[in-house]
Amino acid sequence: MIVIIDYGVGNLFSLKSTFSALGVQAEVSSDKNDLRTADRIILPGVGAFADAANKLRDSGMADAVIAEAKKGKPLLGICLGMQLLFDKSYEYGEHAGLGLIPGAVRPIADRIEQGLKIPHMGWNGLQITQKTPLFRFINNGDHVYFVHSYFADMPDNYVIATADYGGTLTAAVQNGNVYGCQFHPEKSGAVGLNILRAFCETEEKAK
Amino acid sequence: MLTKRIIPCLDVKNGRVVKGVNFQGLGDVASPVELAKFYSDCGADELVFYDITASFEERKLFTDILRETASQVFIPLTVGGGINTVEDFDRVLKSGADKVSVNSGAIRNPSLVEEAAKRYGDQCVVLSADVKRVDGVFRVFAKGGRENTGMEAISWIRDCVARGAGEVVVNSIDTDGVKQGFDLEMLAAVCDAVQVPVIASGGAGSVEDFITLFRSVPGVDAGLAASIFHFGQVAIKDVKQAMLVNGIPARPV
Repeated sequence: MIVIIDYGVGNLFSLKSTFSALGVQAEVSSDKNDLRTADRIILPGVGAFADAANKLRDSGMADAVIAEAKKGKPLLGICLGMQLLFDKSYEYGEHAGLGLIPGAVRPIADRIEQGLKIPHMGWNGLQITQKTPLFRFINNGDHVYFVHSYFADMPDNYVIATADYGGTLTAAVQNGNVYGCQFHPEKSGAVGLNILRAFCETEEKAK
Repeated sequence: MLTKRIIPCLDVKNGRVVKGVNFQGLGDVASPVELAKFYSDCGADELVFYDITASFEERKLFTDILRETASQVFIPLTVGGGINTVEDFDRVLKSGADKVSVNSGAIRNPSLVEEAAKRYGDQCVVLSADVKRVDGVFRVFAKGGRENTGMEAISWIRDCVARGAGEVVVNSIDTDGVKQGFDLEMLAAVCDAVQVPVIASGGAGSVEDFITLFRSVPGVDAGLAASIFHFGQVAIKDVKQAMLVNGIPARPV
């Protein structure tokens, strides 16, 4: 069973529907105890980093996610959910994240050419930079759907894919059993479904 | 590289797609769910559902259809039509919409854009503007293009973006339905004025019109059309093919 964490940010309808389409049992839950019995965990999220991080902490979900991830349970953060995996974010101040992957979240404007529109919104090609189980059913150059104004600034060894938008932006990350997608696989058509399918087949790892 | 988007727009009334559609191999051509799936398979980058119903009962039916579509079609969905309050945003977002477009609702109450952007984020709020030249000036029209508001269009659009609209659909009443190409002059004026994605609407009649659009106005991010796609006059995959051949970034089908 996959548990999609509901901590009061964003709409989980599409995400839940993708798993139904894949024939995988998934449940939306706001109960941190459900994370223990889950096979895999999805950390979604849209909106502001600080608000999401606070809600995750206040609900007790943050500690539960960290505990399960450290046990080796596969975890996938999506969009803001990916950004929350890092040490910290500089979105309107400086805020602590979950610290599951080294790095910091910074404004896209720091990285890309001037004059480009922000957010980086629309379909962009993935440049796969490392072999990963997450991309076993897709190809280099496949397009996925992005909507974001901040990006993960991090060591290359945890980056598994990038996207080119007047500069190189982190598109997907992995640290052992902890995965993250800056784009929305649940809105990326067949390619996105294939990424989620691959996540459902990843194995637990001891860290 | 970020691709230019091709977006079909579906007008939905009483749970059915209005404007005739004629596709082979599509069992129920007026089913929004079937048509949405068909377009998604053909390479549409996004879909717009436009609710042209009025009554409460019909609105509920629209929301049901939206939910069914969103549970089967996994590309971004924008919903417009009858969006007048933050509660309307809430209703369609909970049913699976990713973005919500406001038109007359924003004209009646410009703070709607601000309130919605604050609650759901700028990326969620799309301003749709019906624009027509009156004595050489771009004017905003309300009520489906029937009523001249007297407002100058470029400053209206700029104002809404400042309030938090994260994307703008520019529908030129002058070129709409004529099928002689998009309104390049109007679109260039809007692109010069704002730093958010601009979607061109009104006037597409052929594959070449999309190529001309993206070549002539590089600031435009997407092209939207309805009847030419529905009637099969233009196939989305042909547009994509032509874009790639002409060096315009496109997501291949």
